[in-house]
Amino acid sequence: MKLTVDRLHITLDRTPILRDVSLRVRKGDIVGLVGPNGSGKSTLLRAVYRSLRPADGAVRVGEDDVWALSPRAAARRTAAVLQDAGGNTTGLTVTEIVALGRAPHHGLLGRDGAEDHRAVTDAVDRCGVRPFADRDYASLSGGERQRVLLARALAQNPRLLVLDELTNHLDIRARFELLDLVRATGITTLAVLHDLDLAARLCDRLVVLREGTVVAAGPVLEVLTPRILAAVFGVRARTERHADGVIRITYAARPLATDDTDDEVADESLQGRAGDD
Amino acid sequence: MVVAISIGAVDVPVGDVWKIVLQHVTGVGAAPSDPALDQIVWNFRTPRVILAALVGAGLAVSGAVLQTVVSNPLADPVVLGFSYGATLGAVLVITLGGGAALAGLGVPAAAFLGAVAAGALVFALGRRKGRMAPARLVLAGVAVGYVFLSATSFVQLQATPTELRTVMFWMLGSVAGAQWDQLPTVAVVVLVTTTLLSLFGRRLNVLLAGDDSATALGVDVNRLRAVLLALSALLTGTVIAVAGSIGFVGLMIPHLVRLTTGADHRRLLPLTALLGAVYLVLVDLLSRTLDRPNELPLGILTALLGAPFFLWLLRRNKGLD
Repeated sequence: MKLTVDRLHITLDRTPILRDVSLRVRKGDIVGLVGPNGSGKSTLLRAVYRSLRPADGAVRVGEDDVWALSPRAAARRTAAVLQDAGGNTTGLTVTEIVALGRAPHHGLLGRDGAEDHRAVTDAVDRCGVRPFADRDYASLSGGERQRVLLARALAQNPRLLVLDELTNHLDIRARFELLDLVRATGITTLAVLHDLDLAARLCDRLVVLREGTVVAAGPVLEVLTPRILAAVFGVRARTERHADGVIRITYAARPLATDDTDDEVADESLQGRAGDD
Repeated sequence: MVVAISIGAVDVPVGDVWKIVLQHVTGVGAAPSDPALDQIVWNFRTPRVILAALVGAGLAVSGAVLQTVVSNPLADPVVLGFSYGATLGAVLVITLGGGAALAGLGVPAAAFLGAVAAGALVFALGRRKGRMAPARLVLAGVAVGYVFLSATSFVQLQATPTELRTVMFWMLGSVAGAQWDQLPTVAVVVLVTTTLLSLFGRRLNVLLAGDDSATALGVDVNRLRAVLLALSALLTGTVIAVAGSIGFVGLMIPHLVRLTTGADHRRLLPLTALLGAVYLVLVDLLSRTLDRPNELPLGILTALLGAPFFLWLLRRNKGLD
């Protein structure tokens, strides 16, 4: 289901966080939201999964404004994997956490039925969660946890997937596995990604935010130009599609700013230095 | 329960207890041979045991819900100030006696109002811009509790020694004063709120995922917190009003159930109610048999008996590491 963000303004404690932000995610596309820390990426996502009411503008999933839908109706369309997402789930097994994804499909009197069981089983299998399905969430590795949360989101049976730093703190293999999982779902996705290389790898299109406004949007190669990488991220770099079809970014050893750079230049091989903190 | 009814200052054979209870409930069977026995079983012990079960269930369920609502394993009706509110209400009536009686308030009514007032204060102070952040709620509860506690201490300073003894006994809790006519109200409140809270089981589970994730899962977290807080204040207020402030049950029983059968609230809340009921019936039984024919307040025994077992379970559970 397509996502339309239309002239969105968001203010937190009288500080404007997002100003006049518009973007579109076409049905089936994966769009990456990139930008420096504090540029408003997570805030934009919050407006999409209906956690933060915008001061002005609209978020539409399909044809409907999310704020015109009930919380549950909105959650039947949009699922999110967030950074806080583990919560305080001590005592719930992995399967029980995945089953939380069925909550929007039930009212107070709803009992689990065959469809719930099927959705949970399917999500558990698709995300490779089966081997630790009966374990406690707290005992899992970072990569396993993220797969559980992705499975929870899939159990929601959503039309739109919202991902906030899905692959943060994970080793490289776990990152690739998760991204492949997301790709394989075929669900329309808006993903905040810190790591530009991963963003280039996963996404069909990118939207670049800086200080609460959109500064570029479009296909990866058109967006990650040397000019934008310099202006927004403060690095000298170029982006190319390599022979294997993968888009890679090559960073110059020395960032643009001339101060505080000594510890940044150790690695001359130029790979994977996309400000992942 | 029948066994609990049969044991006391005077032991009544279990068979006779059955006969007496059946005779009263169904109206069939022989009239009791001994009117004194009938009096003990039907007018004193039976309501007492039923009340103990209701109070245990109410406190335990309330604790389980509050722990999730403020995402804090230490939460219970005491920590959130409800119990202190009830205590202030009760102590005011006990010490002011005549004045409060003029206003038409008995100890239970005043205790109930105190607990609900504390709940309303926590609700009002824990909210900011329509958001009820768990940390703010629990801290507001603690602060409100301290204010009520200070007020209670101040009132106690003005009290006579006799009043003080009554106050102290009330604060430690007891179901000795159970009477048939107060049971229907308590039973209805406990059963209805426990059922309602159990219906919220799935949403309580979702709340465990954290506020933002819960929102993305279709739960209006602020409204849910408000509803749950109101229901648990009502529940706590009702049971504390009739049994006094009994600690530890609300804290321990939910954790006991979580540690043994997991945190799914759809299972947790009914089991917590059941275990809370059984536990308080047992504790009440001990309170009137350990030192026969004297009675010990419940509040002394709930923790004394429960804590060692709880600590043992806590140490052997791996899930908390």
